[in-house]
Amino acid sequence: MLQVDLWKRVLIWATVVVGLLLAMPNAFYSRVETHNDAVKAIEAGFDTSENRDLAAGWPSYLPSGLVNLGLDLRGGAHLLAEVQVQDVYEARMESLWPEVRDLLRDARDEVGTIRLQPNAPLGELRIKISEPAGMNRAIELVRTLAQPVVSLTGAGSTDLEVRGEDDVLVITLSEAERQALDDRTMQQSLEIIRRRIDEVGTREPTIQRQGFDRILIQVPGIGSAAELKEIIGTTAQLTFQPVVSRTSDSSERPGVGNELVPALDQEGVYYILEQAPVVTGEDLTNAQPAFDQNGRPAVNFSFNPSGARRFGDYTAQNIGSPFAIVLDDEVISAPVIQAHIAGGSGIITGNFTVEESTQLAVLLRAGALPAELVFLEERTIGPELGQDSIDAGKIATMVAFVAVLVFMALSYGLFGLFANVALILNIALIFGLLSMIGATLTLPGIAGIVLTVGMAVDANVLVFERIREELRTARGPARAIELGYEKALSAIVDANITTFITAVILYVMGSGPVRGFAVTLGFGILTSVFTAIFVTRLLIVIWFERRRPKTIEV
Amino acid sequence: MRLRLVPQQTNFDFFSRPVLWLGISAVLILLALGSFGLRGLNYGIDFRGGTTIRTESAQPVDVGAYRDALAALELGDVVISEVFDPNFGPEQNVAMIRIGAQDGEEAVSTEVIEIAEAALLEISPDIKFVSVESVGPKVSGELIRTAAIAVALAIGAVLIYIWLRFEWQFALGAVVALVHDVILTIGIFSELQIRFDLAIIAALLTIVGYSLNDTVVVFDRVRENLIKYKSKDLKEVLNLSINETLSRTFMTSATTLLALIALLVLGGDVIRGFVFAMTWGVIVGTYSSIFVASVMLLRLGVKRDWSKPTDTTGNQFGDIDA
Repeated sequence: MLQVDLWKRVLIWATVVVGLLLAMPNAFYSRVETHNDAVKAIEAGFDTSENRDLAAGWPSYLPSGLVNLGLDLRGGAHLLAEVQVQDVYEARMESLWPEVRDLLRDARDEVGTIRLQPNAPLGELRIKISEPAGMNRAIELVRTLAQPVVSLTGAGSTDLEVRGEDDVLVITLSEAERQALDDRTMQQSLEIIRRRIDEVGTREPTIQRQGFDRILIQVPGIGSAAELKEIIGTTAQLTFQPVVSRTSDSSERPGVGNELVPALDQEGVYYILEQAPVVTGEDLTNAQPAFDQNGRPAVNFSFNPSGARRFGDYTAQNIGSPFAIVLDDEVISAPVIQAHIAGGSGIITGNFTVEESTQLAVLLRAGALPAELVFLEERTIGPELGQDSIDAGKIATMVAFVAVLVFMALSYGLFGLFANVALILNIALIFGLLSMIGATLTLPGIAGIVLTVGMAVDANVLVFERIREELRTARGPARAIELGYEKALSAIVDANITTFITAVILYVMGSGPVRGFAVTLGFGILTSVFTAIFVTRLLIVIWFERRRPKTIEV
Repeated sequence: MRLRLVPQQTNFDFFSRPVLWLGISAVLILLALGSFGLRGLNYGIDFRGGTTIRTESAQPVDVGAYRDALAALELGDVVISEVFDPNFGPEQNVAMIRIGAQDGEEAVSTEVIEIAEAALLEISPDIKFVSVESVGPKVSGELIRTAAIAVALAIGAVLIYIWLRFEWQFALGAVVALVHDVILTIGIFSELQIRFDLAIIAALLTIVGYSLNDTVVVFDRVRENLIKYKSKDLKEVLNLSINETLSRTFMTSATTLLALIALLVLGGDVIRGFVFAMTWGVIVGTYSSIFVASVMLLRLGVKRDWSKPTDTTGNQFGDIDA
C-alpha cells in the first residue's frame, strides 16, 4: 500500500546528490574562487606553476560553480547610464554637410548660391538656395547621396529624406536610418564600455543593455561609482578639423558651419574650426604612447585605409595651412601641414606627461563613445558594509534555521525530524540551483532564503496535519499516511503556484536586489515542494518499511 | 508530549459576528488610508530621486554638526538620521544622510555628492562613506510606475488563477483579503514613517504571496467540505474548514514568524524595513485569510452542487482534482 517504486527512489536520491554536489563549492567559497580564477588565468595563457598550484586547490572533477555575490554583499559600484543617441544624428549631419555643399556648388547654375541655415533642429540640415526654381534639381542631386539602410527592419528604404520648403532644402534622416543608427550606437557604446572596463581588469563586471537606450554597469570591488565613471565616462572623441582662424575672443561669432573651440593648454586662446571633421577617431586603428623628436611624450596613431586616404588627400591639398587635433571639444594642438602625409599615420604632440600620453593612447585605442552618457542612477557600496551584511545574514539565517528545526521537532516528533532533514536538504538544493545557473545572491536574496526556511515547512505541516486528521478516522497508520499525502496535495500545489506567480512577477518587473529576492523565493518554492512531496515521503516510507509500527504519533 | 499551538480539535465559531470582523477591518483600512492621505509615505530615493550617503565613524554621530555642515552648502532638502543596530561595534557610529533631488536635474549630479562628502570630512576626519546611492528623478518616476504595475499584475494574476481553480466568489474573497493586507501594510509604513523603497515593494508582493498561500489552504478545505457535506449550511462548512486547518495555519505562521523575527533582530539595519514589512504582512495575512476572505465568501455565497457539470457560474477547471 505505502510504497515508492524503485526508479522513483533512485531518481529522488540522485536529484538530492546532484543538488548537494552543486551546492558544495559554496561551503569552500574562497578556495573555489581562487581555483576558478587560476583556471581562468591558465586558459587566458598565464600557465605558470603558481597558477597551477592555485588551481589544484580544488579538485577539478568536482563542480566549481559558485553563487555570485551581489554588489550589496561584495561591495562595488553600480551605474545606470542613458546613451544620448541623438548626438549621433548631429554628428552624422555635420559630416554630410561638406558633401552636400560640394554637390550643390557644382550645380550653381541651376540652384544658385547656397547658405546653411543656423539653428536647424537636431539631426536636420536646412540649406537656403537663392534660385527656388532649381529646388527640384537640388532635391534630385542630394537624393543621389542617399544610401540604402542596412538593417533588418529598414530593408528597402534609404537613409536620407530630402524635401523642399519654399526656398529651403531640408535634409533629415529617415526613420529607418534613425533606428539603425540608434541600434549601432547602443552596440558600439556597450562594446566600448566593456573594453574600457576590461582594460582595468576587474572580476565579473555586468554590462547590460536595458530597455531602449540604457546601459546597466555593475563592477564589483571597485572603490566608488565616481571612479567607475572616470573609466568609462571620458568620451575621448578625437577629430581632425580644418582651422579657419585663431582668436583670443571667446565670444567671437564663428560663422555658419564653423565652431569656436578653446585650446587645451593655452589659456584664452580659441580656434575657429570648420565643424565637419576631416577624419575622426573612428578611423583610428591604433594608438601608442611615444615620444616626439624633442623627446617629449606624445601619442602615435594610425588610420584605417579610408581614414588614411581622406587624411592624405586633405594634407596634400592644404599644405601650409593649419589643422587642429581636437579631443573632447578642446584643441590639443594645431600644427601647420608641412607636407602631404601619406600612409595614414601621425603623431599627436602637446604638453603631455608620460601618464597622460599613456592614458590618451588607451582611450583612443578603446575607441570613442559614439554619444554622451547621462547617468541616471549610481550606487556605491563599500566592501565593509557588504561584509557586515553577509555576517548579519549568516547569523540570522542560522538562528532562524535552528529555531525552526527545534520547533518542528517539538511539534511533530519523529516526523518533525524527517521534515528537518528535508529542510536542510532544501537549503542545500537552493544553493545548488543558484550555483548551477550562476545566479546572484543579494541581501534581499538572503531574506528570501530565511523566509523560505520559515515557509518551506508549510508543505510538510499541511501533510502532517492531514495525517493527524486521517489517523482519527482511517483504518491504520499506513492508510493515514497515504491519505494525508493524497489529500494535502491539492492545497500544497495551489498554495505554492500562487506564491510562485508572485515570484515570477517580481523577477520580471524587479531589478537588481529585488530580482535576487525573487530568484531565491522562486527556487525556494520549487525545492520545498520537491523535498516535502518526495523526500520526506520517501524517508517516512523507508522508516515505515523497517519498523512496521502498529500505531504512529504525528 | 507534543508542542501544540492549537488544541487537537477546535470548534470556534468564527462567524458569530461577521459584521464585527468586517467592521474592524474596515476601520483599520480607513485608518491606514487616512494616515496615508495625511502623512504620506516616507519615500526612499528609489521613488523620489536624490542621494543617500551612509557614513560610519569612530566618533559618535553629531547630527547637529552634520546638519550645520551640510546646511551651508544649500543642497535643499537634507535629512540626517543616526542608525542604531545591535550588530554595531562600539566604534561603529552610523548615520544616514538623505539629500533630495536637485531642482531641474534629470540625472545624478556627482558634484553634490563630492561637496557633501568634503563638508562631512571636515567635521569628522575619520568618516567613511560606506555606501552612496543616487537616483535621478527620471528613473525614480519610472520605478514608481513599474512598482505599481507589479503589485496590480500580481493581484490580477492571482485573481485569474483562483478563479480558474475555484469559483469567482473564492477569487473575489481572496483578492479582497490581499488588497486589505496591502493597504494595511502601506498604512503602517505611513504611520510609522518607515522608509518606503523598492525592497518594500518586493515585501508587499511577498505578502500577497503569503496571504494567498494561507487563504488558498483554507479555501481548498472549504471546497473539499462543500462536496463532503452537501446538506450543511455554508456557514457551518466554512467554520468547520477553518477549524480543521487552524492548527496548520498557526504552525506555518509560527515557523515563518520565527524565521522573520530572527532576521528582524539579527539581520542588520539595511534590510530591517523590508523584514518588518514581511513580518507585519504575515500577521495581517493570517488574520485576513480567516476574517476577511472567509467572511467575504460567506457574504457572496457559493454554488453548492459540485457534482453536476458547471452551468453559469463556474467553469470546467473548477474541480480538477477534487
